[in-house]
Amino acid sequence: MAKLITQSQFAEPDAAYVALVEARRNLREQAAAALDARLVLILANHIGDFDVLKEAIALAKGP
Amino acid sequence: MMASSPHKTLYHYGHARSADQDAAQPVRRPVVVVGAGPVGLAAAIDLALHDVPVVLIDDADRIGEGSRGICWSKRTLEICDRLGLGEGLVKQGVTWKLGKVFRGDDLVFSFDLLPEEGHKMPAFINLQQFYLEKALVDRAGELPNLDLRWKNKLTGLEPHNDHVRLTIDTPDGPYALDADWLIAADGARSTARDLLGLTFSGVTFEDKFLIADIKMAADYPTERRFWFEPTFHPGQSALMHRQPDNVWRIDLQLDPDADAAAEQEPERVRARIKRVVGDRPFELEWVSLYRFNCRRLDRFVHGRVVFVGDAAHQVSPFGARGANSGIQDAENLAWKLAAVLKGEAGPALIESYERERTQAADENIVHSTRSTDFIAPHTPAERALRNAVLDLAPKADFARRMINSGRLSVATVYDTALSTPDRDAFKGSARLGAPLPDAPVKTRDGHDGYLLDNIPGEFTLLYVKDGAPPKLPAGVRLATIGEDIVDKDGTLARRLDLTPGAALLLRPDQHLCARWRHVDAEKVASARDRAMGRTA
Repeated sequence: MAKLITQSQFAEPDAAYVALVEARRNLREQAAAALDARLVLILANHIGDFDVLKEAIALAKGP
Repeated sequence: MMASSPHKTLYHYGHARSADQDAAQPVRRPVVVVGAGPVGLAAAIDLALHDVPVVLIDDADRIGEGSRGICWSKRTLEICDRLGLGEGLVKQGVTWKLGKVFRGDDLVFSFDLLPEEGHKMPAFINLQQFYLEKALVDRAGELPNLDLRWKNKLTGLEPHNDHVRLTIDTPDGPYALDADWLIAADGARSTARDLLGLTFSGVTFEDKFLIADIKMAADYPTERRFWFEPTFHPGQSALMHRQPDNVWRIDLQLDPDADAAAEQEPERVRARIKRVVGDRPFELEWVSLYRFNCRRLDRFVHGRVVFVGDAAHQVSPFGARGANSGIQDAENLAWKLAAVLKGEAGPALIESYERERTQAADENIVHSTRSTDFIAPHTPAERALRNAVLDLAPKADFARRMINSGRLSVATVYDTALSTPDRDAFKGSARLGAPLPDAPVKTRDGHDGYLLDNIPGEFTLLYVKDGAPPKLPAGVRLATIGEDIVDKDGTLARRLDLTPGAALLLRPDQHLCARWRHVDAEKVASARDRAMGRTA
């Protein structure tokens, strides 16, 4: 059974998206990739659920 | 191992002609062990202590220089202690339990492998493998039913229904020998494995590692120190361990395309080491370049041939899971084979070796592969993720916990049919299917000691006195807590969660196989039958 929430959860989705955009604004490709890697690790740990993590990986990789 | 410098001979043993070589017909022996490394020696000694006559053959007649294995785990030391040489090893070795991990030159993480007191054996000792082998050979020499034959090279192996026929080459020419059981402890390049045509499949890692033992006076702490991308070895990893005799092990990761011959040129090695240790004078003791494998045989038991140690499985060195797991293979097999040879158990018990030790091998391979993936990322994208973990480590606990410079060897908790599932609840740190945790105790005569000292290689019922003990089946020894073994400071009761009338049944390898709050003769008999593989 799916545990990953894909319905929108932010009250202001546009603001959340812009926060992610602004975090990488003016970063070179490598620095942005490193930032993404750190974010992925921080958020994955915050979720702390291995099944959710696997579903998220599948959704991200899938067609 | 890909290549290494020539080894000096440290201990030399003579070849002596065996009377078996002059027999008209091949002589039949209950057990032949091939390979007198730590694993084969441990297996042979354990069997001999179980009153099984053993022939141990080895193609060499010496113990050579070259440190190879250096980290001996708590469980290995407990096994060696039962075999009669544990205390000497601890005295000779360097005891450690702290690991430190650096990123660049900054400490990012440290771990304590044995944060609690009250164990006879330390988390780890470092000791050159040749010293362990020497101690084992000395111990083997004290056992009259252990026949160690140097310069006996296995060249032929013919499996039969209830035995194997071996062809063995010696300086006096070849001879044939029959064995009810053959234990193949002949290492990563096992001849026995080749003679049976078995495939040894798994993963070979591309990265190369330069390993050097150097002699140097230095006051570095007695800790395992691991660096990711240190300034003295940019972009790679490095590992440093202390050994006795002022010898230090330095392990440096190299590029996959490093030139093996050029990298072992003494001047080149010296230059690399100098960057690590600075201006301290040092001598090179031993240098080797290796690329490692994580692989295992599909099955460890092939009819009357049983594989142990590197002959059965190989892992990377990060985690000290190679030789330590091999010695645990030997211990697992020895009591089982002894029981089968004495007619006390059937083939199901040998099959339990297969189940328990392939479980351990898989666990070791998983840990070893994960460590290797962290230490040597396969692609730039994987390296970026690895470095993100290292970036976050100073700021976040979760990232420190993800740093994997090798998860060090601990005993496997067997998920095994030999255990009787718990029906009563137990707290504490004892686990069904695991070796019993140690604790400080006093013996009946008032001497200070440890619990595991009092659990020799036979089935033992630990019983907390509450009226008369249960009647025990033949072959089970009683140790009454409060009489034979006295809890010294409450640690024993806490670790085993003891209450009056509670009982724990231990296998000859000190693994817990059943426990009850209240026990009777029938419970013990049935659990013991189960642990001998007599029931489903």
